[in-house]
Amino acid sequence: MSLLEIEGLRVSYGDMLALDDVALEVGAEETVTVLGANAAGKTTLLRALSGLVPTQEGSIVFDGEAIDGLPPHDRVERGLVQVPEGRMVFPFLNVEDNLRLGAYGKRAREELEATFDRVLTLFPRLAERRAQLAGSLSGGEQQMLALGRGLMARPRLLMLDEPSLGLAPRLVSEVMERVAAIRADRVTVLIVEQNVAQTLRLADRGYVLENGRLALSGTAEELAASDEVRRAYLGM
Amino acid sequence: MPLDLTLQILTSGLLLGGLYALLAVGLTLIFGVLRVVNFAHAEFMMLGMFGAYWLWALWGIDPYLSIFIVVPGVFLLGVLTDRLVIQRSIGAPEVTVVFATLGVSIFLQNAALTAWSADIRSVTTPYGSAVVELGSVRISVPMLVSFVVALAFATGLWLFLNRTMFGKAIQAVAQNRDAAALMGIDVGRVYLVTYSVAVAAAGAMGVLIAPLFSVYPRVGLSYIVTVFVIVVLGGLGSVVGAVIAALLVGVIESVVGFLLGTAWAELAYFLVFLAVLVVRPQGLLGRRGAEVYQ
Ligand SMILES: Nc1ncnc2c1ncn2[C@@H]1O[C@H](COP(=O)(O)OP(=O)(O)OP(=O)(O)O)[C@@H](O)[C@H]1O
Ligand SMILES: [Mg+2]
Repeated sequence: MSLLEIEGLRVSYGDMLALDDVALEVGAEETVTVLGANAAGKTTLLRALSGLVPTQEGSIVFDGEAIDGLPPHDRVERGLVQVPEGRMVFPFLNVEDNLRLGAYGKRAREELEATFDRVLTLFPRLAERRAQLAGSLSGGEQQMLALGRGLMARPRLLMLDEPSLGLAPRLVSEVMERVAAIRADRVTVLIVEQNVAQTLRLADRGYVLENGRLALSGTAEELAASDEVRRAYLGM
Repeated sequence: MPLDLTLQILTSGLLLGGLYALLAVGLTLIFGVLRVVNFAHAEFMMLGMFGAYWLWALWGIDPYLSIFIVVPGVFLLGVLTDRLVIQRSIGAPEVTVVFATLGVSIFLQNAALTAWSADIRSVTTPYGSAVVELGSVRISVPMLVSFVVALAFATGLWLFLNRTMFGKAIQAVAQNRDAAALMGIDVGRVYLVTYSVAVAAAGAMGVLIAPLFSVYPRVGLSYIVTVFVIVVLGGLGSVVGAVIAALLVGVIESVVGFLLGTAWAELAYFLVFLAVLVVRPQGLLGRRGAEVYQ
């Protein structure tokens, strides 16, 4: 059974339809990517899954239970965790506080110290900068912090919205390495990325969103080989 | 000016500032966390004053005792206001939020007017005009009590915000509401607690000044402008800034009031306010851009 199953999802902002009839599933321990041009609705999809924007129609089933209508913090408590677009670290709190807040929920808090040590091992730079204000970190460091903070919640499904946005190529590879490590840790991943080539190498399967509708889906190999994806996203 | 007199004026100013601080700290907290300008803030102080008045007038309960009844009462009223009005207007366009809290202010004023008329009432206590002498400086006992309570509240709040997990969750909500929700923080609960604690502090101030000043339904109006000036001067959302600005405004009011008369006092702190904003638009301890962080 899939860990996440979405059917007939519709989201609109006022009278602008942002997502229409979107269906998608993510199996346990799979890595799935959502591709799409700017304004295709990728962020809207993840925000709807987290409960930050209301859905008009459709269903979201996580681990066999309908979660539409649950407030965001209840979804986090069930293990549906998101690292949002633009990192959104808490700029006036230090690195350690940012990480600890990641484990705010009851379930995550029970194992806070153990997770904290693991995250610092995975991101040694964060360990060095524990006492520094998050707002004064570099862009790359902030992204590592956002990822680490997401892991603090002990996700069962980790949603990543453009984790390499605005980073230099060397840092992009570093971020992708960390995502690979997270995946190797048996965390299920749903990733939205502009670096389509690297992401397809990492993912098992993928979907393509166009103007709020699903245009294509398949295994990562199928997508990487499809003319449409090669032309639109791989620049070939 | 002789030294004794100078000390006396400065002391009175600081004590007055302490009163303002109790209102200002809550107002700045509500703004920082909920992004709501709480125009009804001083009405909760008015209700605190009336609470103290009626418990004294009907049953002879001293304000320093009734504070333990009135403050929880105002807290509950804060819970109710948050649930019925504030949470429903959050996320709506800014004017809606402004009208919502303005509406609460007008509603509470008129409810008080209907229930208790516009009469001016006062509480008389044995210590209402008591003073302690510190050298040559005379200090009003009720003012001193309210000053101590205000500073204790501000210190406790600061410790709570910076030393507890829930306090840090409140800061997280202030800095980025969506990200806080994604951390598993119940944002609605943070709003509820913040709003209710802040208005309860306003209620506490009302009780503490009941032995000193008269109470009537529109008494809040004489404080709210000063307190808004203090909150902006201290830096929107900054608890420490609000305390410093409150003390500063209290001292300016007292010094200028003595030298030039009370009419000039307000003008004086407005001028200081403008001067500070020209040099530091974010206020004394505010963070540039913090007010637009989400
Ligand atoms: N809060 C909002 N209010 C109104 N319209 C919005 C809002 N958020 C997004 N939109 C619109 O919804 C559409 C989808 O936006 P979304 O952010 O989901 O796209 P995206 O695929 O994530 O794009 P990008 O690759 O640029 O991040 C866009 O047309 C956008 O302008
Ligand atoms: Mg996006």
